[in-house]
Amino acid sequence: MISKILKRVYIALIFVFLYAPMFTLIVLSFNQSKSRAKWGGFTFKWYLALFSDRVVIQALINTLLIALISALVACVIGTITCLAMNRMGNVSKSILTGVTNIPMLNAEIVTGISLMLLFLFFKAKFGFVTILLSHITFNIPYVILSVMPRIRKMNPSNYEAALDLGAGPLYAFFKVVLPDIWPGVLSGFLMAFTMSLDDFIITHFTKGPGVDTLSTKIYAQVKKGINPEMYALSTLIFISVLILLILINRMPSGDKEKEK
Amino acid sequence: MSKHLIDLQNISKSFGNHLVLDEMNLYIRENEFLTLLGPSGCGKTTTLRIIGGFENPDVGKVIFDGKDITRLAPNKRQLNTVFQKYALFTHMTIAENIAFGLRIKKKSKAYIDDKIKYALKLVNLEEYGSRYPESLSGGQQQRVAIARAIVNEPKVLLLDEPLGALDLKLRQDMQYELIRLKKELGITFVYVTHDQEEALTMSDTIVVMNQGYIQQIGTPEMIYNEPENAFVADFIGDSNIISSTMIQDELVEILGVKFPCVDKGFGENKPVDVVIRPEDVELTTDVEKGRIQGVVSHIIFKGVHYEMEVMANGFEWLVHSTSCFPVGEKVGINVDPFNIQIMNKPESEDEEAVGVEE
Repeated sequence: MISKILKRVYIALIFVFLYAPMFTLIVLSFNQSKSRAKWGGFTFKWYLALFSDRVVIQALINTLLIALISALVACVIGTITCLAMNRMGNVSKSILTGVTNIPMLNAEIVTGISLMLLFLFFKAKFGFVTILLSHITFNIPYVILSVMPRIRKMNPSNYEAALDLGAGPLYAFFKVVLPDIWPGVLSGFLMAFTMSLDDFIITHFTKGPGVDTLSTKIYAQVKKGINPEMYALSTLIFISVLILLILINRMPSGDKEKEK
Repeated sequence: MSKHLIDLQNISKSFGNHLVLDEMNLYIRENEFLTLLGPSGCGKTTTLRIIGGFENPDVGKVIFDGKDITRLAPNKRQLNTVFQKYALFTHMTIAENIAFGLRIKKKSKAYIDDKIKYALKLVNLEEYGSRYPESLSGGQQQRVAIARAIVNEPKVLLLDEPLGALDLKLRQDMQYELIRLKKELGITFVYVTHDQEEALTMSDTIVVMNQGYIQQIGTPEMIYNEPENAFVADFIGDSNIISSTMIQDELVEILGVKFPCVDKGFGENKPVDVVIRPEDVELTTDVEKGRIQGVVSHIIFKGVHYEMEVMANGFEWLVHSTSCFPVGEKVGINVDPFNIQIMNKPESEDEEAVGVEE
């Protein structure tokens, strides 16, 4: 009995530590008063102010565009990579898997700085395109991570069966292979989208003046002094990422076995 | 004899350093049920994949109906394959699976519907058109795979161990089903299996393969009754393979005892291998009447017959008999001259796998 209560308390503590900061932020975003110390009543005014702020809206559009395009491109590149890797010998496959995993484990600041140096070297103009390229780069490993198990599980004869029945390679891919690995591709897309959405460090190093995503915008604002509008914005980002994560987790991403 | 539909000429194939097929020559006649039989790794599946177009031979040609199709893509060949693990498209219904090939050929809807109905009826799955593959048993999935292949009216149906994943009873039923289909469709079947019983039951012609070489080609009766070498004898059914000496024509010395036989032309005092099928070994309790005397060392009841091991002159004879001889009993062994099959000894260890006579 006691141990049961203790277990509950322990779990509750973990959640408090995890979510108390977020909860504070969400509460403050509805606070009428500008002070962080006192509750001035419930309001939506910070949210309204946020949506009438041109700069913030532009940042929001940038963020969504970059997330969407980078996730899409990463999906295409990642899936093609997986298909090729699946056909390789065991040694080259495991080497390549290792190589594609490194960017995920690498410190973001290292990735960010190295990308920045690369763009400098090629004298690229920093802006929307450089951010997009960086996001595609760090998204590809996540797509590979979620598509690969799906491809490995696929019956390799399926593709051959399609060819055998008269399908050309492309038709066989879109009609037979893609539907089979679709859940993996979709969860890879959502994961990439989420990663791109909440990235700050890499964006910070690869963006040019005048182009901002939400995270860099918040960072710039906070330096000037904290405005409750930013609480509202952070709350919105948190909630959208949360929704995406729930979506990803509810997807049947490859652990559903079709054989009996 | 009907004409050659497929001609494999001088085919060699290796994966890395591993030679899978070595200068193989084989023809397949129109309308025959040909089985490629051999242990795993003997090259039988590779041969099938070369015919199907999924592998390219390193050397050699594939001639189909008079045309060289060695480099033709699989989707351009007039043959269809039934894969080992069915390879049904799980996101499509059974009917959609069957229609797959026909839709690519841009057949009319009425034609396709007709064909689906016909194919489902042919494999006894009339009610299953709208179901998904997952909801079917292994045997049913296999029949769908066959239906999907035959609606395209191929000239040749390739089957890659299609019954491998099924249980014994179902496998036997499917064997009869395949023979029936073969008769109804009147097309050529090329069948790959490692199961000698399957091969004997269904085939017109059996090709026994080992380590990339064809060991023997023949009808099931020929392969079973007159194996050309020890490998074939051992692989097809149980057998007693005894190292012996051919004294002269129609007389062989087995384990120090002279047996009359019917084979000739091996020369005099030549070492040979003798194959005697366990069901051809006759046991008698009248010990003195036996050509060789022995003692029963094991007995197992197998249903149809008893399987016994008899120790005689230093060789453990495998014997199948419907009468029971208890362990420890002294017995006499006799073999009918017709049932003694003489084979040339392989010249060396390597030859054991080779020995392809033209």
